[in-house]
This record gives sequence, C-alpha cells and structure tokens, in this order.
Amino acid sequence: MKYSAVVIGVSAGGMNALGKILPALPENFVLPLIIVQHVSPQSDNYMIRHFDSISKIKVKEADEKEEIIPGVAYFAPPNYHLLIEENRTFSLSTEGRVNYSRPSVDVLFESAIYAYCSGLVGIILTGANNDGSKGLKMIKDCGGLAIVQEPSSAEVSAMPEAAIKLSKVDYILKLEEIGPLLVKLSKEK
Amino acid sequence: MKSKQELLNENENIEIELFLQAIYMKFGYDFRNYGKAHIKRRVRHRLTVSDFNSVSELIHKLLYDHMFYQDVLQDLSITVTEMFRDPDFYLAVRKEVVALLKTYPFIKIWHAGCATGEEVYSMAILLKEEGLLKRSQIYATDFNQMALQKARNGIYPIDRIKEYTQNYQKSGGKASFSDYYSARYESVILNESLRENIVFADHNLVTDGVFGEMNMVICRNVMIYFDKELQDKVIRLFYDSLVPGGFLCLGSKESLRFASLADRFDVTTERQKIYRKKFETL
Repeated sequence: MKYSAVVIGVSAGGMNALGKILPALPENFVLPLIIVQHVSPQSDNYMIRHFDSISKIKVKEADEKEEIIPGVAYFAPPNYHLLIEENRTFSLSTEGRVNYSRPSVDVLFESAIYAYCSGLVGIILTGANNDGSKGLKMIKDCGGLAIVQEPSSAEVSAMPEAAIKLSKVDYILKLEEIGPLLVKLSKEK
Repeated sequence: MKSKQELLNENENIEIELFLQAIYMKFGYDFRNYGKAHIKRRVRHRLTVSDFNSVSELIHKLLYDHMFYQDVLQDLSITVTEMFRDPDFYLAVRKEVVALLKTYPFIKIWHAGCATGEEVYSMAILLKEEGLLKRSQIYATDFNQMALQKARNGIYPIDRIKEYTQNYQKSGGKASFSDYYSARYESVILNESLRENIVFADHNLVTDGVFGEMNMVICRNVMIYFDKELQDKVIRLFYDSLVPGGFLCLGSKESLRFASLADRFDVTTERQKIYRKKFETL
C-alpha cells in the first residue's frame, strides 16, 4: 500500500469537522488515523465516546505503549503530547506546551514522520492558531501527502490558512470531500 | 529503495544511540532504555538551539566540554509539573488511601522523580490536613540536581498560584491555599513547616537501588518516558521498596495492566492509578 497512516490536527470547531469525516469511513477502512484535537486539560472522554458511537470504525483514546492497529482512530489524551515510535506504538509526554498546546499537532506530526515517512497522510482542519503547519511541511518534505480543509468552509480559518501558507499542499477540500478521498487513498498501491 | 530522508533518519538513529552510550560511559546517566521518540525530539531540540548540525558533533562537545552535559541532562529530563496536578488523584488519596495510612504509627513515602517538587509539597499539604504529616517521612528523589535544588527551595512563580489554588480546591483541600505560602515580589515561598518531614535526595531510577519499607510510592508521569523493559525493571524496584499492603501511585495515563508484576498488586482505583502491593503468603 502506498499509505500507511493518517495524522490529523484540529482545534476550534473540531467536534463538527471530525463529525463529518470519521462517520464517512467504512468499517473495513485499512489505515490508522491518529488525531490531535486541542482540548482543555481537564476534559473527559465524552468526545471520543461520541465519535465512536457515530462511526463505523473504532474510535478510542491512545494508550501509552499501545500498538497502532489499522482501521482504528486514536485521539491524543488531554494534557499529554502524543508521539509515535518507529515501531509504531504510542508514547506520551508531559513536556511543556508547543504552540501553546498540549497535545500539539506539530509534536505528533514530527514523530509520525520518522515512523511512516512518505507513507504518511497529514490533514489540517479548522482551528484558531498555527499548530501543525510546520509538521505538515515536514510531511511534504518527506514525500507524504498534505490535505487541508478549505479555509472559507472552516469554522475557524486560521489553522488551515497557516498550513496552506507554509507548504504547497496537495489538496484543499471541503469536509465532505475528505472522507471519500481517504477511502480512495487507502486503496492506492 | 530507501528515500534520502529515510537514510538520513537511519543515520541519525545510529548517532543518537552513540550519543546516549557516550552519556552513559562518561557520566553514568543511562538514557538507553528511554522511549526513542522522546529522546529524538529532545536531542533535535538541542540541535536547533545550538550551532551544531549533527548529533555526532554533540557527542564531541559532550566529551570535551565538561559543562555541556548539564545542558544535555536538562534536555532529557522533563520537569513540567504543577501543584495538585490531576486534582482527582489527590481526592482519591484522601478517600481511598488516608484511612489505611492512619493505621500506621509512622509512614514512609517515596516520591520518585519529583522534579521541581510541586507535587511533593501538594502531598505534604494533604497529609497535614489529614493529621498525618508529623508522623510521615517523605523521601523526594530525582536524578536532576537542578530540579532538586528548586524543589528544596520551595519557591515558585506567583503567576501560577491562581491555577494551583483551583487545583487545591478541586483536590478536596480543607483550608485556604493561601495559608501555605507567603508571596513576595514575583514569587511565593511555601511554608517551612511543610518541608520539615521531606528529605530531598539524588536518586536515579534507572541505575540506583531500592528504598526500603515504604508505605507509599508515588511516581507519576515518569515511566511514560521509559521503554517497556525499563518500566518493568522500575516497577520491580517499587515492588521491592513497598511494605506488603503499601500503595503505588502512577500518573493518570500510566497503568500496571501490562507490567509483568501486575498480578502482585491489587487495584485500589484504576481510574486514578492507585495500586496496592498484595500481602503474599510465601
């Protein structure tokens, strides 16, 4: 397969945005999705349970040292950075905030590159800061694929705009178009 | 065929292993069984804040500049913490653990990997409010000397007090948080009385041995940086340090579930990661 994992960075407006993408993926979707959604440090796992209940794929919080399984969507736990080891397991870190965020999209994306390199699909969705744009550029530099939500269709356009400004992204799409594209990409050899 | 980036990454991984080996051979600090992604991130951070282009250059600097290893130790040691971090954990200690601690005439607590000490003082405050501090001895350890010195000083920036006060209230605090510190200029200093029963000491979980006869071991958000093998070794160290019935408290995203000694502990609360060493009949 051409691609081995999808990483997603999203901030303000994520509830709605991910609510359009995750349920669009079929039960037999073969790529793992690893998601940093900026949330408050004290938030519970309501959002994850919600996405799990409306999606055909399994949605869960990433556990420390957990092996990454294809076809599962993982969320970074609140107040921890989520990193991917080269043996494709998760690590957590309480290192200081990066781009005012913990979890930070850049931290996830950067570690994901070492694990997946050109087999990585990076997606930046709605959000109010510029977390993830450096990481997305690194994904491009490594030969991976970059997708950004069309800023005018985003609840908050700053994060997609910052990502588009920093790298030459492959796709700028509306939310409805992202799920079907992922299904197509997952089948590319 | 491997891409250029993959080859670069492969080489950098080799260099990082050599770097960790050099730190161990020269200074005795062993990071070889730390999680690789974390180490890589911290080493790359050092590269970006210095003028070096490769990890190999860092190895040379490490060996020939005696001051440099201190910077490296700070890079590799995460000291981010706060007072009453995860208030629900302290609430669980009050509800599930304190009553049992009260049955002991004298209580020994080991706080392993205490960093700059905020969570040690939080526990001291809790024990004081539960009437246990006077008969407790807290051993607070870390391998990071700079962090340990900050912990000893007990002086923290005033701009975080609002957050700490909220944490304290959520943690089941029984008094007013401001009772425990004096503010001056941009800092607060915690009351001397909290420190009387705390011993701050240099101890490295990776290379040093057991602390005997502990009633409670607290080690939160330290083992997340270790690989599985090292985690198992350190859990064994805690097991050997605890009295039968002693408590082991881990960070909120850590678990004993996958540890090889998991069946030697009872779960007091899985949600707050408090475990209890079983009374074994040999």
